[in-house]
Amino acid sequence: MTAGRRGKSRRPVLRSGPLAVLTYLIRRLFAAAVMLVVIIMVVFGIFFLVPKWTGVDIAASFVGKQADPAAVEAVREKLGLSEPIHIQAWEFFKGIFAGRTYSTGGDVVHCSAPCFGYSFKSEQAVWPVLTDRFPVTLGLALGAAVLWLVFGVAAGVLSALKRGSLWDRGAMVAALAGVSLPIYFTGMLSLATFAFGLKWLDAQYVPFGRDPGGWFGGMILPWITLAFLYAAMYARITRATMMEVLGEDYIRTARAKGLPERTVIGKHAMRSTMTPILTMLGMDLGALIGGAILTESTFNLPGLGQAVLNAIRNQDLPIILGVVLITSLSVLLANLLVDVLYAVIDPRVRLA
Amino acid sequence: MTIPDTSTAVSERPAGASTAPRPFLDVRDLRVHFPTDDGLVKSVDGLSFQLEKGRTLGIVGESGSGKSVTSLGIMGLHTTGQYGRRKARISGEIWLDGTELLSAGPEHVRGLRGRRMAMIFQDPLSALHPYYTIGRQIVEAYRIHHDVDRKTARKRAVEMLDRVGIPQPDKRVDAYPHEFSGGMRQRAMIAMSLVNNPELLIADEPTTALDVTVQAQILDLVLDLQKEFGSAVIVITHDLGVVAELADDILVMYAGRCVERGPAERVFHEPRHPYTWGLLGSMPRLDREQRDRLVPVDGSPPSLINLPSGCAFNPRCPYADVPKDDVTRTIRPEPTEVGDRHWAACHLTREQRERIWTEEIAPRL
Ligand SMILES: Nc1ncnc2c1ncn2[C@@H]1O[C@H](COP(=O)(O)OP(=O)(O)O)[C@@H](O)[C@H]1O
Ligand code: SF4
Ligand SMILES: [Mg+2]
Repeated sequence: MTAGRRGKSRRPVLRSGPLAVLTYLIRRLFAAAVMLVVIIMVVFGIFFLVPKWTGVDIAASFVGKQADPAAVEAVREKLGLSEPIHIQAWEFFKGIFAGRTYSTGGDVVHCSAPCFGYSFKSEQAVWPVLTDRFPVTLGLALGAAVLWLVFGVAAGVLSALKRGSLWDRGAMVAALAGVSLPIYFTGMLSLATFAFGLKWLDAQYVPFGRDPGGWFGGMILPWITLAFLYAAMYARITRATMMEVLGEDYIRTARAKGLPERTVIGKHAMRSTMTPILTMLGMDLGALIGGAILTESTFNLPGLGQAVLNAIRNQDLPIILGVVLITSLSVLLANLLVDVLYAVIDPRVRLA
Repeated sequence: MTIPDTSTAVSERPAGASTAPRPFLDVRDLRVHFPTDDGLVKSVDGLSFQLEKGRTLGIVGESGSGKSVTSLGIMGLHTTGQYGRRKARISGEIWLDGTELLSAGPEHVRGLRGRRMAMIFQDPLSALHPYYTIGRQIVEAYRIHHDVDRKTARKRAVEMLDRVGIPQPDKRVDAYPHEFSGGMRQRAMIAMSLVNNPELLIADEPTTALDVTVQAQILDLVLDLQKEFGSAVIVITHDLGVVAELADDILVMYAGRCVERGPAERVFHEPRHPYTWGLLGSMPRLDREQRDRLVPVDGSPPSLINLPSGCAFNPRCPYADVPKDDVTRTIRPEPTEVGDRHWAACHLTREQRERIWTEEIAPRL
């Protein structure tokens, strides 16, 4: 047994190339799918079972404050809340992948997949609400990510190369400010300065489809505000990683080969530095796509973050649930993407 | 007789007017000092040696005696990429085939690195980039100095891997360093450093990180390649036994200085410096236990910031009181000719030395 295991761990020496990457990818995809099912079940558990145990009546909160018992009963029937838990769970699960039908007497409503139910507040189906808001958040997250990657990594690399210099100290003070100042503070400050004070920029969200230029103008401040926070974190990590990498033996080897310093840094050192940065990027993007609550509420962007904030205020469970699932899904996908990229970037990962 | 300090004579001579041809590698009074918060670390402090093409110099000394700092100094790697760190202070002269490297521009030295002088490091796993295939790293080393396309360079890489004894080189060229065994990795490293046929090869403890069984193979390989390409080779080690057989000359370093230098045969069989005696006495032998090697010489290496005055070896030297007038603790001994092409830096007189050697040291070896 022990001998067998030991034999197994000594893998064949040649194990690189597309096939190894593919095997790795399939393994990760499978793991992600399992994870997704587990997440759905856990979310279901939190949102449907916990209220049951704590005595909150979902049907009553659906109907509203002055609930008429008959109406509550009708809603309970319609949502299937009196069914056994495993039936409810199955319906919930099925709804997400295949759609489901709510029926009370003659009143039949089909909720097509992916079905997260209906908003308690507006009685709209949750999914279209989410898909309406999703592009806003996605645009915010991606735009900010481009900014913070470019500026954060550049600042970090420069700081590492000029460590101890005025530039390094200045950048690190700025980075410290970036990570410690809350977004609503920097956001408000930038709004007050650039939108209301200098009137350089609009503080109005315009959908991309209506006016791309207006959308861009409206997004500049949110992008900068959000990117400032992340650029600060990325600059610090980049600086620390780059400094560590510069001390590695293989960097000395690169110089010993006679490579010019720009290749030593730009290629050999950057390659190693970017690996942890990429992991961070995946995680951060995944989480942000679920809604940048503070930025969206500060700049009044109709994204997922704002939706979930309103939903919490209104105890609108289905919306919260939908956003939580989307967040989980995007974190999951981001992780998967990072893992795959990692396998491409770091050949040693494929052995794990 | 004290060897004259030729370094001043040389620098006064107008360039190009030299009468005797300069040795291929000529290191004169090399000093590498590192300013630190604790003080100035004098890692190398007045080292001189010469090396011709086709010959091998073994540099021996305990860990911390300045062997690596010397080799990195020759390669010009103390002045490159020291981001934000305090600059190393280097002085002296390093002549490589008639060019003085310390006064040549960094870009000029970079052009020599990897092409005319190359280096093999102690730990091939950390010295190779983990994210690039072996082939890619060799190709890069070749193409930086040769204007050829990728395909040609790759062919060259496969040839080199084959030459250093890596089986299936056309397949292994695409493997990553972690997919190689330690010995194979060092072979790949050797292939990479030799890809441009350098005239000077510095191997800094090339076998220290390897299994005992592969050590000899790697050293044999280095010597084979030297014969084939006729380059000058410096083999650095802390093990006198390793270089005794393969080097033409041996230089023993202690605290950043040369304490004994001469033909390998002489230094190994008739050492003239008490520190070399210590090294020799601590060599592993069949009738002695392996653990004896852990302490090459009693005591620990001196601080390179506050070197003992006089002979740096005096706190550990069993014969420090033999020379008269406490001269050992006040005057730094200069290298003295003790035989044909054989120098030692020690205050012992010829008679004292020979008496100690024949009566006390030789019988114990
Ligand atoms: N960049 C540096 N800054 C300060 N001290 C250094 C530096 N590089 C080497 N040293 C010191 O120089 C001494 C000699 O080091 P080294 O040449 O690596 O020894 P070895 O003979 O084992 O190769 C050591 O004491 C080491 O601590
Ligand atoms: S000079 Fe004195 S202390 Fe130094 S090695 Fe010779 S005898 Fe020993
Ligand atoms: Mg060393």
